[in-house]
Amino acid sequence: MYDIDAIYEAKSVSDAVRLRQEHPRAVIIAGGSDVLIKIREGKLAGAELISIYKLDELRGVSMDEDGTLRILPLTSFSHITANALLREHIPVLCEAADVVGGPQVRNIGTIGGNISNGVTSADTASTLHAWDAEVELTGANGVRRLTMREYQVGAGRVDLHPDELLTAILIRRERYEGYFGRYIKYSMRAAMDIATLGCSANVRLSPDRCRIEDMRLAFGVAAPTAIRAHSAEAAARGAAVCGATVDACAAAALQDVSPRTSWRASKEFRLQLTRELTRRALKDAIIRAGGEL
Amino acid sequence: MSVGKSVKRVDAYDKVVGRARYTDDFYEREPLVAKVLHSTIANGRVLKIDVSKALEVEGVVKVVTCFDVPDTQFPTAGHPWSTDPAHQDVADRRLLTDRVRYYGDDIAAVIAKDEISAARALAAIAVEYEEYEPLLDPIDAMREDAPRLHERFERNVLAHSGYENGDYAAATAEEGLLVHDGWYSVPTVQHCHIENVCSYAYMEGGRIVVVSSTQIPHIVRRVVAQALDIPWGKVRIIKPYIGGGFGNKQDALYEPLNAYLTTLVGGRCVKLELTREETFTSTRVRHAMRFHIVTHYRRDGRFVARRLEGYSAQGGYASHGHGVIAKAASAFAQLYDDEAATKADVYTVFTTMPAAGAMRAYGIPQITFAMESHVEDIARSLSMDPMELRRLNMMKPGFYDDFSKNRNYYDSLGECIKKGAQYIEYEAKRARYADETGDVRRGVGMSIFWYNTAVWPISLEASACRLVLNQDGSVQLQTGETEIGQGADTVFAQMASHTLGIPFEDVHVVSTHDTDISPFGTGAYASRQTYVAGMAIRRSAEELKEKILRHAQRLSGVEQALLDIEDGRIVRQDTGEALMTVGDVATETLYSMTDAEHITAEGTQQCKSNALSMGCAFAEVEVDIPLGKVRVLNLVNVHDAGVLINPQLAEAQVHGGMSMSLGYGLYETLQFDPKTGRPLNGNLLDYKLPTTMDHPHLEARFVEFYEPTSAYGTKALGEPPAVPAAPAIRNAILHATGVAVNEAPMTPHVLFKRFSEEGLIGR
Amino acid sequence: MDKVRIRYNLNGTDYENYIDPRLSLTDLLRGDAHKHTSVKKGCEVGECGACTVIIDGEAYNSCIYLAIWADGKRIRTLEGVTNPDGSLSDIQQAFVDEAAVQCGFCTPGFIMSSLVLLESGERCTTDEIRKRLSGNMCRCTGYENIIRAVEKTMNARLDAKGE
Repeated sequence: MYDIDAIYEAKSVSDAVRLRQEHPRAVIIAGGSDVLIKIREGKLAGAELISIYKLDELRGVSMDEDGTLRILPLTSFSHITANALLREHIPVLCEAADVVGGPQVRNIGTIGGNISNGVTSADTASTLHAWDAEVELTGANGVRRLTMREYQVGAGRVDLHPDELLTAILIRRERYEGYFGRYIKYSMRAAMDIATLGCSANVRLSPDRCRIEDMRLAFGVAAPTAIRAHSAEAAARGAAVCGATVDACAAAALQDVSPRTSWRASKEFRLQLTRELTRRALKDAIIRAGGEL
Repeated sequence: MSVGKSVKRVDAYDKVVGRARYTDDFYEREPLVAKVLHSTIANGRVLKIDVSKALEVEGVVKVVTCFDVPDTQFPTAGHPWSTDPAHQDVADRRLLTDRVRYYGDDIAAVIAKDEISAARALAAIAVEYEEYEPLLDPIDAMREDAPRLHERFERNVLAHSGYENGDYAAATAEEGLLVHDGWYSVPTVQHCHIENVCSYAYMEGGRIVVVSSTQIPHIVRRVVAQALDIPWGKVRIIKPYIGGGFGNKQDALYEPLNAYLTTLVGGRCVKLELTREETFTSTRVRHAMRFHIVTHYRRDGRFVARRLEGYSAQGGYASHGHGVIAKAASAFAQLYDDEAATKADVYTVFTTMPAAGAMRAYGIPQITFAMESHVEDIARSLSMDPMELRRLNMMKPGFYDDFSKNRNYYDSLGECIKKGAQYIEYEAKRARYADETGDVRRGVGMSIFWYNTAVWPISLEASACRLVLNQDGSVQLQTGETEIGQGADTVFAQMASHTLGIPFEDVHVVSTHDTDISPFGTGAYASRQTYVAGMAIRRSAEELKEKILRHAQRLSGVEQALLDIEDGRIVRQDTGEALMTVGDVATETLYSMTDAEHITAEGTQQCKSNALSMGCAFAEVEVDIPLGKVRVLNLVNVHDAGVLINPQLAEAQVHGGMSMSLGYGLYETLQFDPKTGRPLNGNLLDYKLPTTMDHPHLEARFVEFYEPTSAYGTKALGEPPAVPAAPAIRNAILHATGVAVNEAPMTPHVLFKRFSEEGLIGR
Repeated sequence: MDKVRIRYNLNGTDYENYIDPRLSLTDLLRGDAHKHTSVKKGCEVGECGACTVIIDGEAYNSCIYLAIWADGKRIRTLEGVTNPDGSLSDIQQAFVDEAAVQCGFCTPGFIMSSLVLLESGERCTTDEIRKRLSGNMCRCTGYENIIRAVEKTMNARLDAKGE
């Protein structure tokens, strides 16, 4: 039994927005794999909840007319992984969703919840950063669009107004067309774990596949939120496809991260992982793009 | 005749249909819910507790604090009681304590109508503490100026013991000896049985009944009575199926407190179910230990003299105490044979950590990691094959221990090594992986181990068995020993079937233990049950059989000496003729107008022997150096556990032990904040219990030498499987990378540090 | 707190119940309404898998699933896996035959996770089986015989279908 003071079940997105306005203290619960645990721990004991779990209108993936991929926030990790559109256009997101927790968690956990609790270790957050995803927020006064960077303002914090609800995650066609990616989750065991470091890379190669036209790299757990590695990206852009480029990017990535020492891992170890995972993720992404190393 | 056959578990059907009942599945009435307030400091004293706000919470029935409970001190260890005060366990527990000895100590309790009210009440209790420094390392806790956890134990030393076989100083004075000197450390780990610690208590007829997930119902009865200072007969313990124990439930945990709580509410049913987090931090753990080993040896590898110093982190309470590292010290003396001398000093030291108690293999995983790492490093320094070095120095057939009267009747170790090496292709892989280079390297390693069976002669070993014959020729089998998942009920039925000569299906094991009904036995620990209960079962079965045959003679007119029981029938041995069934004898006798008897047999068998149970493990690993990751490719344990009563269940036991040792070697460690002593990862997300995906195929092999001291030729198998994998993996990592790692678990953090120190990373 | 009406199908039977909205699905299933005690509590935070049930064909940790969400769902527990005549389904029999059961506490959850895999009709590699079962923890078996039981049942089912 959960120590909940009240629970309001939203019947639609507009109903959810109304509930948000009526109950400003209430916490949104999507799949519950985060919120229910915090209630049990006592951190959210006695909370009021707005449940959006039953809003099936917020599940699924589609493509807008301009080719933008529209991922609805209540889509569970397992449905992200199985989705045909995503598998065709950004399979790396399917892979990232497939290494979250274990099978049961992937059935209940939602991609919207994953990026909205503002946790740096969220496996899909770093990948969405790396693909320049945007979020669509629906509130009483209409819809706002933010980049992932704008949305994830700090550890455990997102830019969601008190009347708003995350209603879509968008990836524009120019952001994914021609890009190939790889996500590597480093964790202490092979399942049921959170990332010690997550590294998501994607590249677009020149037509002859000898040059990196564009590279985007993002990390989880390398900073208080998921971050992009701009120095590493700059080192890759326009560079030849070769081992030296990969090494240079790996070295540059160290400038982009600011991991901390905690009981979970030392700063030095996280830096080692930053270098090594960058190397491996970038290599794999290049090979997937048809490049040779 | 089912001994030696892989019959299916007697409880398998109930368990796969989900009807087997565990403690929390049992109660019929809406119980009150109790929750414990745990300290939020590691070391100190409760000055004041304000419960006024908690009492205002709706649904709260009672709040009790450390200032309210009786001042009775009691021991908790699941040891047989000793009537000799010198051999009794240390009585250092109170139901609730104002002297806080670890982060999570029990200082108050709430009884409420439901769990939410109880949780809200706990949150409303205000506590004022006086705080002292946390002590998280046994050597540090021995400092003269360290705060004493228990007044009567100077420098926090619960106990120190040692031995010197031969003259160590003289032996090491010999010129030209080589010396290897190493320090080793092993972590605090938790049992992680999937069923948390749970009990409920109520009163009936003026007596207290506690239903609990325990391995040791008869011992818990005694401890509850001692804790409440009431006659032992006033307490009744019921043990249904339990969801694993591994030694944690070989202690009286919260049963005494729960028994006390029901007395505060007029005997109403009170349920006390721990959360996973409480099970991690407020029950028992495996002792973390540090060892210093020095070996003096000849150039040919022969050990001349060895020295052990060991420090065991006891946590805040004595629980099983010094027995654990003392057992480790025995293994040190016996697994290897020193030409001249062996010397040991081991200390058990109170620390501000959860009380360390029994955990599968009781000190032997600890010492074996240290000892087998040490031996491997000697082999490496001599450029000698580690298997050969072990063969040269390990316990030989014919070894005899005067204290336990244990004899090494066979070449168990040698035969186990042979089998294991063959399975893993040890020699070929030693050669193939001899010069691995690059980021990803492979290696193979091994470890041998020593174990023994049951607790004699240190403590009492005795077990009682009752057999009751039914009209149809089937029997009820009751013992004082407990099924905790290992398959005890099944092998007990196999033994009874074997000795009685009736079909396995005709032995009905009464699995639920009830101290009002069950014969006396001390319970599941020390890998004792097949060995000790086996003796009791054979004795009662022989007695029952004799009674059945006596009545068969009366009914058939054929001399008893000519009769035997085969497959449930009374058979004339000279002609092979089946005269009647056991059921015929039972029915005719029970309802006889002239010679009525309900045929039963019951007796206690004392055990005054012990048995060595040894073996080895081999591991093949792949090490990803830049990532500090180890993948175990192959793992095999080989055991000489004597005759296997049920080979399939024996194999399953070994798998579980191997898994535990895999976790010990690579994943598991309960961490504490050095500043506050707060446990950091007491939950199943942050404590890295290995998952399906972290396991390789587990291979279990056996050598079956008949154990002559045993009723059915068996000896320990419950615990030994949890010993050798961790050091075998450690030695395989050494083979792969050339880097010796002297601490477990060998997590990526540890490997990264070691690979950096050795220049494999960061060049 | 006001009770909430929910309708759901449990193991093939439709139910309508007024429940306390603070209940987890574990609480609902284990409690007086159903007494389905095969649903075990090992952590109550979705880490051990002992409470696994199948909802609309997917495996969930019922401990972190609000009971009110069960409205309109089809739920299956181990109680519904045994055949109506009490005989064992193939996967249960395989757990018995392969000695995949020890203390038995994780067994119901493992069987439910296994069923999702088996009903997918896919032929999984051993590694894939390990992955599909990775949300269930066991301390007794090292998973060895559990994996074996699932693999054997999967192969038997697919071979019977001629795939």
